[in-house]
This record gives sequence, C-alpha cells and structure tokens, in this order.
Amino acid sequence: MSDTTKQAPSPADVASLARQRPTPTAPGGQTGAAHTPGHEVVPGVEVTGAQSLVLSLEAIGADTVFGIPGGAILPAYDPLLDSTKVRHILVRHEQGAGHAAEGYAAATGRVGVCMATSGPGATNLVTPIADAHMDSVPIVAITGQVSSGSIGTDAFQEADIRGITMPITKHNYLVTDAAKIPQAIAEAFHVASTGRPGPVLVDISKDALQATTTFSWPPPIDLPGYRPVTRPHGKQIREASRLMSEAKRPILYVGGGIVRARASEQLRTLVDLTGIPVVTTLMARGTVPDSHELNLGMPGMHGTVAAVTGLQRSDLIIALGARFDDRVTGQLSTFAPGAKVIHADIDPAEISKNRTADVPIVGDVGEVINDLITQITLDRATASDDDQTWDFGSWREQVAEWKATFPLGYTDSDDGTLSPQYVIERIGALSGPEATYVAGVGQHQMWAAQFVQYERPNAWINSGGLGTMGYSVPAAMGAKVAEPERTVWAIDGDGCFQMTNQELATCVINNIPIKVAIINNSSLGMVRQWQTLFYNERYSNTNLQPLEQRVPDFVKLADAYGALGLRAETPEEVDEVIKLALETNDRPVVIDFIVHRDAMVWPMVPAGVSNDKIQAARHAAPVWERED
Amino acid sequence: MSKHTLSVLVEDKPGVLTRVAALFSRRGFNIDSLAVGQTEIPEISRITVVVEVEGAALEQVTKQLNKLIEVLKVVELEPNASVQREIMLVKVRADAGTRSQVIDTIQLFKAKVVDVSTDAMTIEATGNSDKLRALLDVLEPFGIKELVQSGMVAVGRGPRSITDRSLRSA
Repeated sequence: MSDTTKQAPSPADVASLARQRPTPTAPGGQTGAAHTPGHEVVPGVEVTGAQSLVLSLEAIGADTVFGIPGGAILPAYDPLLDSTKVRHILVRHEQGAGHAAEGYAAATGRVGVCMATSGPGATNLVTPIADAHMDSVPIVAITGQVSSGSIGTDAFQEADIRGITMPITKHNYLVTDAAKIPQAIAEAFHVASTGRPGPVLVDISKDALQATTTFSWPPPIDLPGYRPVTRPHGKQIREASRLMSEAKRPILYVGGGIVRARASEQLRTLVDLTGIPVVTTLMARGTVPDSHELNLGMPGMHGTVAAVTGLQRSDLIIALGARFDDRVTGQLSTFAPGAKVIHADIDPAEISKNRTADVPIVGDVGEVINDLITQITLDRATASDDDQTWDFGSWREQVAEWKATFPLGYTDSDDGTLSPQYVIERIGALSGPEATYVAGVGQHQMWAAQFVQYERPNAWINSGGLGTMGYSVPAAMGAKVAEPERTVWAIDGDGCFQMTNQELATCVINNIPIKVAIINNSSLGMVRQWQTLFYNERYSNTNLQPLEQRVPDFVKLADAYGALGLRAETPEEVDEVIKLALETNDRPVVIDFIVHRDAMVWPMVPAGVSNDKIQAARHAAPVWERED
Repeated sequence: MSKHTLSVLVEDKPGVLTRVAALFSRRGFNIDSLAVGQTEIPEISRITVVVEVEGAALEQVTKQLNKLIEVLKVVELEPNASVQREIMLVKVRADAGTRSQVIDTIQLFKAKVVDVSTDAMTIEATGNSDKLRALLDVLEPFGIKELVQSGMVAVGRGPRSITDRSLRSA
C-alpha cells in the first residue's frame, strides 16, 4: 500500500469535511449541463483516485454496489471498506453482480451499480451488460484495468473491456487520469439514467486509482453530443389525436418504456379516457392492471389470442415505449396489415426501424401521454355527437368477446403430476400484487408472465430482449436489496437456476431473504417444447435429469447454502410450501416444484410466421368468421 | 442500393473512430469509403463516410450514429450540392521513352508528378472517384506499380458551414 493511501483522509472524513464547509451550488447550474448529479457539494480535497471513486459514488447517491474485488480494482476496495454510505455486497460471480444491479434498477428505476476487476472479472459482466442494453436498464459497471503503462502489452488479467462492451453499452469510458474519475462517474450515471436508459461502463486503470488527486463535487458534465429529446412535438400530438378520433379499431401497444418512464398512471388515465383496448408486452406487464377490463394481456409469440388478434385486426396501433420486437410482430410483412401506426419513443432510432410509423413522436413517453390526454380532451370537447368520432364501442365488444372466448388456460396432466402453470398461479395468488416476481428465461418465464396477475409496474422483472438464462436468482437478489420490505420471488427453471444459483450464498450471508420457486421439469423446457413441435420429438440435449437420483437435489443444495429447502410434487402440497415460504423471512427459501415435463406454453405463434397463425393450444387455432 | 455521403462531426476522443466504424459493421451497413481529419474547431473531428444503402436504412444508420454520445452531428451531403474529392498517389512505370507521354496524359487530368526515378514516376491526382478512375484507365497501359488512395472528403457548396454556432460554443 502506498504512502499516499495511508495519509489521505478516509471517505467518512471527507464527507464530514464536506458537511462542515458547505459551498453553495451556483444558481441554475451550468447551461447545457443543467443536470447536477447528487446533492452534495464537496470543495477540493486531496485524496487517492480510489477514494475519489468512492466519494463520487457517495456523492451521486449510490447506496449499493454489487461486486467482487481483484488485482486491478483492489485500490478501490480499500476506501470502500470505510464507506458508511455505500454498501458493497460481495457476490459469488461477476455475472451475479451485473444481474443484481439490473434487478435493483428494474425494481426501483434507480441506477444499479456493479464492480469487477480487470480481465475475467470484467468479461464476466458482459452478459448482464448486454442484457441491460437490450432491456434499457440503467446500470453503471465499474471495472479495474491494468496500469496505463501496461495497457496493450497483454498484461496479466488485461482485457480491452471498453472495446468489448462498445456495442452493448449506451456509452463507456476508459479513465487513466485520476482527476477525471468524478466526471466519468457523474456522466456515467447521467447517461445511464436519462433519455433511453441503459448500461454505462467505466474502466479505470490501477495507476489512476492509486494516484493522488483532488476530489471536488459536483464535477462538470461535458456531453455536447448527448441531448435526448423529451418534449414531444405538438404537431405530431395533434395528428395522433386526429388519427385516433377517426379510427374504428384502435389499440394501444405499450412496452417497457412505460415502466422506465414511470408513466403507468398517465397510461391508465389515457386508457380510461379513450376506452381504447391495450396490450401490455412482456416488458410492460403490470403497467395497466391485469384486472382492467380493457387490458387484453400480452401480445406476441406466447401472447393471448385477444392481444395478438386485437393487433392483427386493428386499424390503428398506438405504440408507446415499445419497439415492434420480432417476438411481438411475428412475420413483419403480415403484422397488423390494416393498421396505421402512431409510434412514440424516446429513442428516435426505434421509430420506423421495424414498422414504418405514420405519426412518429419522439419524446419521453410520460410527457407524450400527458400531451395526448390534453389534446384528446380538447378534440373530444369540440367533436360533434353525430360525426361518429371517438366511438370504439363495437370494437370493444369485439375484443371483449375474444378475451372471453379464448382465456389463458392449461390442462392438467393425465397422471396427476403437478402442472407448472398451477404452481405459478398459486404463487401469484398467495403472494399478491405487492410482491415482486423475477423470472429466468424459458417456459417458466412465459407462464409467470401469463399466470401471475400483475397490478402494478415494476412487479414483474425479467430478461426480455436478450433472454438471459440465469437472470432470475441474482436479479431477485438485487430487487430485494432495493426494496427489502417487499416479498421477492425468483420464479426460475431448473436449467436457469443451475447457471447462477451460487448467489444463494450471497443472499444467506447478507441477509437477503428471496424466495426461489424452481419450476423443475427436469428439462431445458422451452427448447424441449420446440423439439416436440418442430423436431419430431427428438430430444437432443434437453434432458437435465437422465439418472434415477436427483442431480443435484435442490432441497439438499438449499440446505447446504443455509437456505430453507422445500419440495412439492402434488397439487395438495403446493399451497402449503408457498405459505411456509411466505412465513419464512430470516433466510432465503428454495422450493423445488417437481412439475410434469410435457407441459407446453400456449398460445403460440411459431417463429417467423404470421400472427394470424396463432394456436390457442396444440392443434387448436381459433376459428374466425372470415369477413376479410 | 445507392451511395450516400455522410459528414459526421465527432468529439476528438480516443476510440471514437472505432465506435463509428463498428456501428456500421454491427448494423450490417457497408462502408464504401472513410476519411477522418481535423476541423476548424480543435476538439472536433470530421468523419466522411460513403455508405451504400437505400432510403429507410439510411435514415436508420443516421439515427444510430446520432445515438453515439460522442457524435455531435450527422449531415448527408448531396452530390450536386457539395464538392467531393479523393486524393490518389500512383506509381507508374515510365522510362525515358514513355516519360513525356505519361506527362502529357496526366496534364489532361490536372494531375502532377511528385516523384521521378529512372524507370518510374509517382503522380498525385485529386478529384471525384469518376475522374480518378478515368485517369487510372489511361495510365493502365504504361504499367501501374503501386496505387494508394484516400477516402473521400466532401464539403457543402455555398457560404454555410455544418459546424454551426451551437457546436462552436460546445
């Protein structure tokens, strides 16, 4: 340890220094950089780069960092030990740190933070960073880098993580000058949390962390090329309202942008004001309560018949914070062929990327909806009763009929073994809408999206765009840390669980009592479903339990970690174990639900075909009165 | 598919060229020509990219470029409203017998000789790609020993500048 580290004040000292000598912020802040991160003002104090990093995190309001130390990031971990404001949670794998930061951010909208060392530590963050990029999750990843003099020499644990993560971050930094650390951190949090949120990586060389520097806060933010448009254009709002007034079969197609923009309340007002039916994508479950009669549920490959058909038959799609993902549209050329499109998104590049928009609206979706509400209210007041505008009554009847005729459902197995859908339904029913449900990826994810009733945004957290198996346990951990008072369920598959279950150790040690429901069908279930349907039931490498004994025995595994391990194999046992899990809050709970293997996710639109080919269940396509 | 010339103003920061170039490749766009250099503002560089795309894809590539934090501005320069130039250095076989013939030829293209040796000459030529291709065609019979060519640079015609006041104060 260098002398400078020993002599420099601890973060706690500097923080008290800051409190003693407050410097008033300049009124109004700087132009062009009106966003002033954090509330603290710290005059210049001499510290190490590592201390400057920790002080920056404190000043910006980061209360939790998930990470693992290692050689290059080691200097940062020394002042972290003294910080009273930043809680560092030592995970068991960097991927867990990244997903935990995502879960933290997805539950609250606050920026999640993860930290890792150079080389393998940093590359282990790649999957969660890519995941956050796809689902617009605001996280900041801080990585150590080898000393600046060694960069480019293939030094021990060197990897060009900035180069590696360029395509999967919103922005990233390599900092080799200690003086630049506060600015990089401030900019990273600003970029991650504004506009379309996303991951930002800050790679800091070891010598920058060790050097002596001056820390002051707030640092300048210098991002002349970053000016997200949040205010929608009035002309487009008027045009959107006009199209809505003339539509006969309009539908609101809302996506994860509603969650990120915290625009659920406005959306609900818009739905109630206009009476337009709404479909909530996988990323938007809960933004309109499932109990709302106009909510048709999830669209897409495993969407409800009402949602998929509602989009297909609509004459106007009002897309709000959604991106016409291929899992929603199916074959793009046949998607909603008769519909005009109003598309609002904060990211201009999403508009007309997949489906051409007739009315493009760039802006924060909350502001867009507010402006739409104002405009629609005005337009409806001036519309005469007999011009038949704003009248969607018969369309509402039509979609209500689809909703009633083709509800989500499942059939129990013939041999009395447990249905996965039933398990998930009971978890939702017994835990209620205030709980948070975090899924992995696969069949259990789709069932969790379908059979839990969501009544609030942020109650449903999952890996939508990237489809990252192993997301559930660490993301649930992050969500629980962010909101300790909530019940947090990780609804996981047995395949997914085995990718990241080591974070149970983190949960036990740090008192993060999540509840894990393993929907155990002894298979890579979704892949197996496709093999059943499209590969002649040839089950190539999807059987996870070919032996007689359980490998591993998840109850024993939970026990070994110091968590409560439970198992249910019959419908009679289900409620009992869920209730026991809900009563157990002094440690994590793992329930091994042994479910039958052949359950499939329905409805389904096979990949790459028209959404008109939706099957409500196997060999059961809805029969439509063909008027077109 | 048609060619489009994009002028991309970027902050002069390490890695910015990688960001721009990598964006083209990962989104599946083909770069036809690329040139990078300083501008009249010290902290701003200008990247001129010629890309082969059709309409909707051009809009997408422009939007994606604008999303890069270090990209300040993207402008498409129409061929008839801009001056577009490439520079070419070509080493041609030329001995005492053919030297004057080569010189006569290149004068038609307003090209000039920048190096001479006993059996070769190096010629410098600037122009748009059509002109340079035509020059190469007529030099071909003499024997081209070595050829090096820059990416295209382009500037809009008229008094206006794409580095407007908002960028100058940045």
